[in-house]
Amino acid sequence: MKLLIKNGIVVEPSKKLQQQLDVLIDNGKIVKIAKKIDLKEKTEIINAKNCIVCPGLIDIHTHLREPGNEEEETIATGTKSAAAGGFTTVFCMPNTNPPIDNQATVELVMLKAKNEGVINVLPIGCITKQRKGEELTEIGELKNAGVVAISDDGSPVKNSKIMRRALEYAKMFDLVVISHCEDTDLSKDGVINEGKVSTQLGLRGIPKEAEEIMVIRDIILASLTQSRLHITHVSTKGAIEFIRQAKKNGVKITCDVTPHHFVLTEEKLLERPYDTNLKMNPPLRTQEDVNAIIDGLKNDVIDCISSDHAPHTIEEKNKEFDLAPFGIIGLETVLPLCITYLYHLHKIPLIKLLEKLTTNPAKIFNLKTKGRIDEGFDADITIFSLDEEFVVKKFYSKSTNSPFIGWKLKGKIKYTICNGKVVFKD
Amino acid sequence: MLKQTYKFNHKHLLGLEHLSKEDIELILETAKPFKTIFTRTIKKVPTLRGRSVVLLFYEPSTRTRTSFELAAKRLSADTVNIAVQTSSVQKGESLIDTAKTLESMKADFIVIRHFFSGAPYLLAENVSSSIINAGDGFHEHPTQGLLDIFTIKEKKGKIENLKIVIVGDILHSRVARSNLWGLTKLKAKIVLCGPPTLIPKDIDKIFPQIDIEYNLDKAIKDADVINILRVQFERQLEHLFPSVREYSLLYGMTKERLAKAKNNVLILHPGPMNRGIEITTDVADSINSVINEQVTNGIAVRMSVLYLLSLTQQK
Repeated sequence: MKLLIKNGIVVEPSKKLQQQLDVLIDNGKIVKIAKKIDLKEKTEIINAKNCIVCPGLIDIHTHLREPGNEEEETIATGTKSAAAGGFTTVFCMPNTNPPIDNQATVELVMLKAKNEGVINVLPIGCITKQRKGEELTEIGELKNAGVVAISDDGSPVKNSKIMRRALEYAKMFDLVVISHCEDTDLSKDGVINEGKVSTQLGLRGIPKEAEEIMVIRDIILASLTQSRLHITHVSTKGAIEFIRQAKKNGVKITCDVTPHHFVLTEEKLLERPYDTNLKMNPPLRTQEDVNAIIDGLKNDVIDCISSDHAPHTIEEKNKEFDLAPFGIIGLETVLPLCITYLYHLHKIPLIKLLEKLTTNPAKIFNLKTKGRIDEGFDADITIFSLDEEFVVKKFYSKSTNSPFIGWKLKGKIKYTICNGKVVFKD
Repeated sequence: MLKQTYKFNHKHLLGLEHLSKEDIELILETAKPFKTIFTRTIKKVPTLRGRSVVLLFYEPSTRTRTSFELAAKRLSADTVNIAVQTSSVQKGESLIDTAKTLESMKADFIVIRHFFSGAPYLLAENVSSSIINAGDGFHEHPTQGLLDIFTIKEKKGKIENLKIVIVGDILHSRVARSNLWGLTKLKAKIVLCGPPTLIPKDIDKIFPQIDIEYNLDKAIKDADVINILRVQFERQLEHLFPSVREYSLLYGMTKERLAKAKNNVLILHPGPMNRGIEITTDVADSINSVINEQVTNGIAVRMSVLYLLSLTQQK
């Protein structure tokens, strides 16, 4: 049966379009967009009055934990969580157990996603075998199996020569190398940002420079190899400035930030001392860094917004701060935080904001049929309210490690449609 | 002078950061009569009879653990020592579960020493007993801070405007942080002295009124008190200083150095000392040294803390 979305305000970033339009979906594709569509035949109708209708959100940085850590999240629960957050496509990071560093594991994840997932899952392959930073994976085979990019996320590729070769080699497949930038000698044993708060709480610090040194190294290597580099979860003012300069100099570099890095600062840890749901890597930084991220989003130095959804069980998190793992869940709060903070508070236009969650990820990672509401494109569509307020309470994710529980946010997801099917309904 | 009506209103003692000037003064005042108790032949009062105090120490300790135990016993509380090495912790029991077990046994107080900063906060959030921080990671060691202040006040008669130098590994020192919170609230003038690698980042943003001096000879000039921190040898492996020998040369408190300070300067050290490294024996045993008095005063201060917290518990 055909699906018709009526009366919604369609936001289509690639055409800079924002107006009330009806959207007709048939057989998993968008077939028609017009001021008014009325069909005589039997059609499923969604009334999107007063709602935003935008391309399905794409998260380029998710940890689905399967295989290996199914107690934290599975492909089934993780994709449900994504759908509830308005995402129709997620890229899953390869730091699973075993890691996604070979064809068989790529196929396992894709098969599981097809059978148990409710949205599109595109695996990211490892840069190096076992993520050890020592030997390149069979990148060509990974690409053939279906990986969308390569990354050793969670760890940097410490050896500059191996990083150089990865960038160089990936070029022939037009694969983007996603870099987790961290000088692990500088950050060693650190658990929060180094500075006033780490000193006050007596916790070991991670200096901003640990991130920035690696950002600079990777920029230099991307420049050397003329390859495509994507820096994920950028968190410092300095890193953003280096990326801005690199872009100006013609380096093929893109980057993303997470909502927690522009909504929270390290000061939150003084309000909630030793709350392990404020422990993530990179750590929460300072107001100065938050301001730089907001500016970077406004002036497009920052291309994408990602969740870095990192589920952990209560048992793992309810521990001494040093022992608790890094990471928080994010899929279900990304859009509400963006709407509440970027759109309502910082007045970032909706088109620009949604571009970083839809069109840009699709463009950077060559998803040719996604990220747009246009005839012939995949029927991946998110419908949400700009103004309806709600309290963050329950999650579809298997884990609950969120610092935003109890927060009042706007930007409530009403429907998520993936491949023409409603996969989430408020 | 403290008003008679001032009420102490804390269930836990997690750090000096959260205590007011009045709270600290009350603890010090209350410690005075307790100190006279154990100069008597019968060193015991029935104040905490029927209460239980559990000592949960995840790190080795002689003076703090014994001091808390004696303080509790002199108040007639029942005390239990958990030796972590022979407890279920070795079977992988989590800190929270261990504490919940103790709570179920109706421990009124849990005195915790832990190598991770914030461990006492975790207990305070998860169990109903009163939690006393006996030193957590690099964060705070509030009763050490209190006994240092008590000792200084006893000898100098005041805290305000005294020049107090804290020497050594400030970065990893919970004693330094508790001293900083307590002493700045009482308006002492503090100088931190140590190599730049051992001065924590942005400490001057937390305590804008303090001074930092890398040169010990300059720092101790006109000082009223010098509090010498223990230096841990493993820090050398973290490249925080090149060798113990060089550390000792630059920051060791020797008789020659002491001669450059005021005649009546007080020398404090939280113990255990590395004699010959951060402090020489002749300084440790000099008339300027109050290191043994610190230990004695520790019991009085801890009795005071237990007593005042017990009043809040009764509410």
